[in-house]
Amino acid sequence: MLSQAAPETNRVGADALQQRSYKIVRLKHPGRWLSGVAVVILLALLVKAFADGKIQWDVVGKFLTAEVILRGFANTLLISFFAMIIGAGLGTLFAVMRLSQNPVTRFVAWLYVWIFRGTPVLLQLLIWFNIALVFPTITIPGLYEARTVDVVTPFVAALLGLGINEGAYMTEVVRGGINSVDHGQTEAAKTIGMSRFQTLWRIILPQTMRLIIPPMGNSAIGMLKFSSLATAISFTEMLNAAQQVYFVNGAVIELLLVCAVWYLLGTTVLNIVQFYIERYYGRGVARGASRPPFRFSFGLSRTAPRQANEEQS
Amino acid sequence: MTTVVKAINIHKNFNGQAVLTGVDLDVSDGEVLCILGPSGGGKSTLLRCLNHLETLDDGVVWIDGSIIGYELRDGGVLRELPPRKVRRQQREIGMVFQHFNLFPHMTALQNVIEGPVKVRREPRAAATARGKELLAAVGLGDRGGAYPSQLSGGQKQRVAIARALAMNPKVMLFDEPTSALDPELVGEVLDVMRKLAASGTTMIVVTHEIAFARDVADRVAIMVDGTIREIGPPSEVLANPQDPRVRSFLTRVLN
Ligand SMILES: Nc1ncnc2c1ncn2[C@@H]1O[C@H](COP(=O)(O)OP(=O)(O)OP(=O)(O)O)[C@@H](O)[C@H]1O
Ligand SMILES: [Mg+2]
Repeated sequence: MLSQAAPETNRVGADALQQRSYKIVRLKHPGRWLSGVAVVILLALLVKAFADGKIQWDVVGKFLTAEVILRGFANTLLISFFAMIIGAGLGTLFAVMRLSQNPVTRFVAWLYVWIFRGTPVLLQLLIWFNIALVFPTITIPGLYEARTVDVVTPFVAALLGLGINEGAYMTEVVRGGINSVDHGQTEAAKTIGMSRFQTLWRIILPQTMRLIIPPMGNSAIGMLKFSSLATAISFTEMLNAAQQVYFVNGAVIELLLVCAVWYLLGTTVLNIVQFYIERYYGRGVARGASRPPFRFSFGLSRTAPRQANEEQS
Repeated sequence: MTTVVKAINIHKNFNGQAVLTGVDLDVSDGEVLCILGPSGGGKSTLLRCLNHLETLDDGVVWIDGSIIGYELRDGGVLRELPPRKVRRQQREIGMVFQHFNLFPHMTALQNVIEGPVKVRREPRAAATARGKELLAAVGLGDRGGAYPSQLSGGQKQRVAIARALAMNPKVMLFDEPTSALDPELVGEVLDVMRKLAASGTTMIVVTHEIAFARDVADRVAIMVDGTIREIGPPSEVLANPQDPRVRSFLTRVLN
């Protein structure tokens, strides 16, 4: 068996080991350097191509901070934020319902996921927007009565459409998180007399957070982008605002680039927020899960990369 | 001696498989009862029936004045209690698990005061003071701020004991509290349990630590195939067992 050791390693007799201490030469990573240089060159070429291309960069610069665009971006942020809140709330609620002992509750939650995950968001947005065709008035007998078109504005329709759809996906994410928590946790909570709600809220959900934050961050980033679908129901988020501008001045690519910049900025902020939330919910867990993405090691430094968790104790 | 725990004719099946087949038990105030027996004999299931983590198929569990999980109605009928009332009963029965089941997102101290603060609604300051006392009593006065992942197995189990004690239980149930520990950590947990026994806590301990049972237990029960085959003072049961199944089990574990 011993003789089958990997043949290409340099074999050395035990008597060759004369010193008690050796200087260690770290492995170099020439591949990282080469690919790094290649990427830099490619990026430079790309930048040059765009700089020489038929783009009026002054128009991009001008509209980057134009009021219509900023207001559109604010609307984008607003709708994404509240739709995410609705989504997370509904997701948690229906996840708990899906795990309920009560078969009726379970079925209702299943039905919700089945319908709203099974149809396109755009279609759901259009239905909410046109709901007045089905129910011309909204009535709570004796208390409230209004024309549906007045209540379900494009903003409300977008909020309902995006939020409820998101909730269906969140349900599955949260359910997976809850299922992953060891059953012993529930039993321990029971033996100190905690109620089902307390157990869920104080013991189970905080432990699922660590698992559901990454997919939730994914969703939040997705939401920021998907909110542009609301342009189909004439909600003036950023993309809609940009279109209105370029229909007039014809600077199509310029305005789309402006949107791209703002979207990237938004998603970057979300990434950073996610990093800190993950670190917070990772407390008490030994392994540091997330590493900042831009800390390349080229085999030069002697020290190992710092672990996120060392800072805690 | 006043009785604190009384179990009568406990039956429990899992999917048609009989796991407990008529267990009777009487534990008096301040007594330490150790339950030994071969794997699969139903020891864990018995403990879980005592604190209503499992429902019974027959029989009744009575702890310090109330029937666990039910109330006695006219005509000899046991009526299921609503969850709220069951929880009130459960919180007076301390349980220590083989795998600790500490809440990993809370520090040791937070684990200990969770029940007093959230369940018994004690003021946080008072609960914290008492929590620190309890941690000191299990030898962890300086580790209150540590998360479970930063504690050794023995330390985790001692925190778990403190957490159970924080609810002022009428009886403490231990399910193989040292089985998941490295051998050199077993002693520190058993020492805490010894102190607890000496302080007059009523304890039911499922364990494989024969030496602990011999030294600390007032009585030892041997459970085989879902019933208690033999029960009595350790000097009698361990030295001179009558039942053949018990004798073969003991010769295996004593040698
Ligand atoms: N939740 C359950 N579902 C089905 N069967 C179970 C369940 N819990 C226990 N059993 C079965 O009941 C029997 C007794 O189990 P129990 O855990 O009470 O034994 P034990 O005496 O504690 O054994 P050990 O010393 O290995 O812990 C075993 O055959 C086990 O497979
Ligand atoms: Mg067991």
